[in-house]
Amino acid sequence: MTAPAEVDLPDLDEVVDSPWVCIVWNDPVNLMTYVTHVLMELFGYSRDKATELMLQVHHEGKAVVSNGSREQMEADVARCHARGLWATLQKD
Amino acid sequence: MRFTRDPAGGVRADVDGVEAQVLRQLAEEMLGIIEPADTSEDPLAALVGLPSGDVPPPDDAVLRRLLPDAYGDDEAAAADFRRYTDADLRATKRGHATIVLESVPADGGLLVLDRDQCDAWLGALNDMRLALGTSLGVTEETDPDDYPDEHPARQALEVYGWLGWLQESLISCLDPRV
Repeated sequence: MTAPAEVDLPDLDEVVDSPWVCIVWNDPVNLMTYVTHVLMELFGYSRDKATELMLQVHHEGKAVVSNGSREQMEADVARCHARGLWATLQKD
Repeated sequence: MRFTRDPAGGVRADVDGVEAQVLRQLAEEMLGIIEPADTSEDPLAALVGLPSGDVPPPDDAVLRRLLPDAYGDDEAAAADFRRYTDADLRATKRGHATIVLESVPADGGLLVLDRDQCDAWLGALNDMRLALGTSLGVTEETDPDDYPDEHPARQALEVYGWLGWLQESLISCLDPRV
């Protein structure tokens, strides 16, 4: 049996309640129906909720589509990129 | 070509010869643009499947849109994120394009997709639009009719518009009926 040589401690930053957000940005290519569809599929949002967020992206240039730990938001951004949405994460 | 619901849970469409040719060509172009992550020069990378250092953003505008930065104002964090995700993202997008390439009947004919293939198609159609749209510099106001028939961008914009129409047709089959 071996013991792990080193344990990666999470950043203090992430232990403390410090929410991060996943932001979807407007772009001229993605169809409104497609963005709505992806938000429903990825985040389990109702059609109304997804449509509201899509319209916010369209009219205001961006919308926060999810929030949580940095790790969770990195996963959400990666899933958005896989579907072609222009997404970034940042500290709220 | 228009998608309709298939009783088995997926979709079907009749693809004509020209549509098949365009879709296959675009799928091949996507595989050309999005190359697999290159780990051959890096022994550690080859071993663990991850580059041993940060991965810089691509120089090419199309590729940068397909593989965007995850952090808007933190280059170091963005490069670190790419280190862990770039190979997967490339593989996902290549997988989507490959499914299109493998499922389109070469000379046209009946296309039948199961639900998983539908998701791959949606992603691939979107990547094709992102690539075309970025290289053509489309804006929300772009209208192919603003270009004369003989303009080089005209045909590409029409393909771009057609891909969007196709995508809408597929989405309308997948989303639960309101």
